[in-house]
Amino acid sequence: MTTLPVHRRRRWLPFSPWHFVLAPVSLLFGLPLVWLVLSSFMSNAQINRFPPTIIPHSLHLDGYRYVLDNALFPRWFLNSAIVAVVVVIGNLVFGILGGYAFARLRFGGSRALLALMLGTLVIPFQITMIPTFLIMKDLGLVDTLGALMVPSLVTPLAVFLFRQFFLSLPREVEEAAWMDGCSRLRTLWHVVVPMARPALGTVAVLTFLATWNDLTWPLIAINNDHNYTLQLGLATFQGQHRTEWSAVMAGNLIAVLPVLIAFLAAQRTFIRSLASSAVKG
Amino acid sequence: MKTQFRVAVVNREPVRDPARSLRRRRYGEASTAWSYVLPSVAIILGLGIVPMVWSLVLSLQSSDLITPAQWVGLKNYETLSHDPNFRAAVGHTLIYTALFVPLSIAGGLGLALLLNRKVRLIGLYRTLVFVPFVVSATAQGVLFSFIFDSHFGLANAVLHWFDIPAQGFFADKSQALYLLVLIALWSGVGFCVVVYLAGLQDIPAELVEAASIDGAGRGATFRFVVWPALRPMTVFLLIWETLQSLQVFDMVFVTTRGGPLESTTVVVFFVWQQAFEVFNAGYAAAGAYVLAFGLLVLSIGIRLIRRGDERKVSRR
Repeated sequence: MTTLPVHRRRRWLPFSPWHFVLAPVSLLFGLPLVWLVLSSFMSNAQINRFPPTIIPHSLHLDGYRYVLDNALFPRWFLNSAIVAVVVVIGNLVFGILGGYAFARLRFGGSRALLALMLGTLVIPFQITMIPTFLIMKDLGLVDTLGALMVPSLVTPLAVFLFRQFFLSLPREVEEAAWMDGCSRLRTLWHVVVPMARPALGTVAVLTFLATWNDLTWPLIAINNDHNYTLQLGLATFQGQHRTEWSAVMAGNLIAVLPVLIAFLAAQRTFIRSLASSAVKG
Repeated sequence: MKTQFRVAVVNREPVRDPARSLRRRRYGEASTAWSYVLPSVAIILGLGIVPMVWSLVLSLQSSDLITPAQWVGLKNYETLSHDPNFRAAVGHTLIYTALFVPLSIAGGLGLALLLNRKVRLIGLYRTLVFVPFVVSATAQGVLFSFIFDSHFGLANAVLHWFDIPAQGFFADKSQALYLLVLIALWSGVGFCVVVYLAGLQDIPAELVEAASIDGAGRGATFRFVVWPALRPMTVFLLIWETLQSLQVFDMVFVTTRGGPLESTTVVVFFVWQQAFEVFNAGYAAAGAYVLAFGLLVLSIGIRLIRRGDERKVSRR
């Protein structure tokens, strides 16, 4: 939609008057994050007074030092990264395989199976969490990173998004490769997957966000603080250090930074993914 | 890629009867398909359908997850209906949802209209509005516990400049729940903006121009062109945001743990507490099923309304 054709007014400003609305509104959204960064570089003396320091005269690394000495943030960071990478790869690989089978291959019961899988999309996590915990316990995975990976290794959303994408691709290219004697798996890997870039991006982004940001499931599945994820570690650390705000904010920045960097680096992919998940849902 | 095709062409030569070989390869289609879907089916059904049924059975039992469970029939559900803590949790969840859903959708629409214009720096403005959405609920909770800290928080400092007395915020049982809504809006509005902006950009410019040539003002154009075109987005957001807010947990856990004085216990917090703190698993499962039932009724209800709408439109 383009803006409405407006009768030309005399410009009384060197810039659009809309900036008077846009700037304060977007600042309102940005300021809490600015405050997060600023306060993580303040000392507790600067923070714990009223009114607090707004613009610090000096920057301090006390918070970061405290966090590294008194908590396992590097370990938690590594755990979160391992879990996120494995889960994203799992969703890509199994999502492509499953989505391709549902889109292109004929096999008995495929329609019923697809319907059943899509049905699980609407099952809320709360009714599956207790039995899932018991299953993970039986598998000996509780309190290991495995418990965080297995249940989300492939999601119905990933299978569905890939299926929809493959359906939108022309069959002819695949059939040409197939006629030339390429095996199914080779056709999939060399012909279909390279065309599926947008779907790969969408699934990767949605999976990464959900996995990295989750708190509920790690809270249930993990006890030992060596196996915490960043979110669980941060929540626990804050609970134990209510007055060490500069350290808590340093930890908070560590937990948020990867997502922020990923978002700023791939903003288009993020926004397209979020919007497309809406249209499909 | 090129070499591959050349190899493929060489491979084709010895085949005398292409139809027969194709038929033979087709034969393996079903088994190939099953091997492709097997991992997804195993995980999604094994950790989706199976736990769902298991949970239903659990909700009819008295179980602490350690000693053998006892069959109690519908007693858990009956107890829930009288339990003042559960009723309070349902009440808090409904208040939260009733505030968050309309505010996030209206706010998202307003901001999307505001951000849908070509001015300098618009990319930066959009980024600032979206960015809170990718911040985890945990990180939001921690950040805003600090900002709304009743002693050293930034919020009270700002109020102090305007000579407004310091507030308790999360420590005040009459404010904590509303504060949670406010924080959820800070991050949740961005998603509505993304969805609405995508919708706005799909409206053909000719349609808007035609309306203005026909003499429609801004208000009329919005009412008769823009708003109807955004309808699918509005319905989606209505369902999505309602489901999300009925299931709110992470931020409550991080900021208030249901307090002060149980003023922010929401349904999922109640379920989690019953299951993993009190080890009353059967009771927790029943609570989860009540929530799931509510979610199901709601999403079916909204879908039916939407279908009715579509019929009306197509008849026109």
